[in-house]
Amino acid sequence: MASYVVRRVAQALVVLLGVSVVVFALVHLVPGDPIRVSMGTRFNPDAYEALRARAGFDLPLPVQYGRYLANAAAGDLGVSFRSGDPVTTTLLGRLPATLSLAGSALLVALLIAVPLGIFSAIRSGSKLDYVATVFSQAGISLPDFWMAILLILLFSGVLGWLPPSGYVSPLADPIGWLSHLVLPAITVGVVSGSILTRFVRSSVLESLGEDYTRTARSKGLHERTVVTRHVLRNALVPIITVTGLQLAYLLGGVIIVEVIFAWPGLGQLALLAVQSRDYPVLQGTVLLVAVVFLLINLIVDLLYAAADPRIRYK
Amino acid sequence: MSAETATEAGAPVEEHAPRWRVLLSAVMANRLALFGLVVLGLLVMAAVLGERLAPYPPNAADVPERLRPPSLRHPFGTDELGRDVFSRVLVAARVSLQVGFIAVGISLAAGVLLGLIAGFYGRWIDDAIMRVTDMLFAFPAILLAIAILAVLGPGIANAMIAIGIVYTPIFARITRGSVLSVRERVFVTAARSLGASDLRLVTLHVLPNVLAPIIVQTSISLAFAILSEAALSFLGLGVQPPDPSWGRMLAEGRGFVQQAWWMGVFPGAAIFVTVLAFNLLGDALRDALDPRQRSAIESRGLTA
Repeated sequence: MASYVVRRVAQALVVLLGVSVVVFALVHLVPGDPIRVSMGTRFNPDAYEALRARAGFDLPLPVQYGRYLANAAAGDLGVSFRSGDPVTTTLLGRLPATLSLAGSALLVALLIAVPLGIFSAIRSGSKLDYVATVFSQAGISLPDFWMAILLILLFSGVLGWLPPSGYVSPLADPIGWLSHLVLPAITVGVVSGSILTRFVRSSVLESLGEDYTRTARSKGLHERTVVTRHVLRNALVPIITVTGLQLAYLLGGVIIVEVIFAWPGLGQLALLAVQSRDYPVLQGTVLLVAVVFLLINLIVDLLYAAADPRIRYK
Repeated sequence: MSAETATEAGAPVEEHAPRWRVLLSAVMANRLALFGLVVLGLLVMAAVLGERLAPYPPNAADVPERLRPPSLRHPFGTDELGRDVFSRVLVAARVSLQVGFIAVGISLAAGVLLGLIAGFYGRWIDDAIMRVTDMLFAFPAILLAIAILAVLGPGIANAMIAIGIVYTPIFARITRGSVLSVRERVFVTAARSLGASDLRLVTLHVLPNVLAPIIVQTSISLAFAILSEAALSFLGLGVQPPDPSWGRMLAEGRGFVQQAWWMGVFPGAAIFVTVLAFNLLGDALRDALDPRQRSAIESRGLTA
């Protein structure tokens, strides 16, 4: 196991290094002078010189990359071309909104996918199975931004139950926070849940076809015991893996939904950064999401290897 | 099921009936796939005929007729400038299919080439290519596309490039995996020992035998590429106004959710149906071309 952990961590570090090159290159691939471009009509020579000096654009590229890497490792991702605020502070301020949305969306997804996937596997070929298949097929094809608009139309426009968009701090007004969270969480959760349903179903189906299930049945165990003790327990490992990966994907998937619901998270920040050509903020957002993504992948892989020794020898 | 005899024409392709007939019968037998095929046919028709089919010019404003609900004259209603939503949805099919096919074409060409090289040559080339794909996989697709567009600037051509780059790694990975399993097969070794060049080996012996998963992935990627284009246009990074695009129209309709639901509902439905069609087709192709997977699902279905 130890050698697997070392190998897997080393691999993640190599990928992370590559990611940092891509993120670093982002600002240098922009045609023209990114600082001048970002200032646009609000050009101010003093601010320009200050930003230029701080960014160190006159240094050779490898030196600049080295500086970027060293600073990023120390948690310094530069300052915004627009506001002059440190990027790290901005990102950390946005993180709770995104994490709370991704987390509650995952909860919605699991609440849909686990029961639906398990029952459609156990009763495979039944009407319920058909409904689950149609649901997951439709969910995968559903544009989340369209679903968001439909939900706003129904729950906010027609029924008037929930606010159409916005955010309030859970510390100031927990009920208000929750009422603003419901629609975005359902939007992201349903799409993600439709994908998870498929995995839960196939994982349970696979477990149902294994020898140990046949053995448990031929021992004369009650079907309920067979399913809960033998089938589900074995199906759980791949389900947990996919759930972990879904959480990672959710962090990216919430971008558009955040924009629609005016949810002040990382996705909205990324789009604002693109629109205002605020490259350091965009770089920081992309880097943070990629790091979280890699970290979740790493943890999932390690947990998987711990649960299933066969993985380590692949 | 496999006939591993190298013929002069090249490597054996592992089906007895002609491939297109297998595909066609699989699609015809599957009602959902048939639905996908019909939708696709209608889309292509809308894309080719576009303006000639549309009852109104897609960009013609008619302010007195603005924000009219669906009626016989305007089946999908009119938008805030009085433009006919039905005509715009119809004409926008072209840009969606265009972006989808060109973007996936880029991914397909680049990804399959990289996958063939990585799988066929192995060693450090394989490692290098696979680490780069790992790296691209570390970004959520839409965020990567947005970042690329931040560099290239918004617009439809750049959106195609961005989506093309984003979906390249999946083709590389799938191709490589299949090549690895084909590379050591007897017909490849036989052709090699007869003195076939690498190029000949790859194009005549390896590629035809790794096509199945690539074809399936192409259909699925088309679905995701069209979805991505809509998302990028929705964010204002893809198709630029006044040209109609489903994502763009949805973004415009968003501001009128309360007054004019039809402005957002119909373009979104068009995206949904199109993506669904490609996904259903992809599933049918998978069933037909990847018999291993089908039999696995079948046998597991029987034990349940």
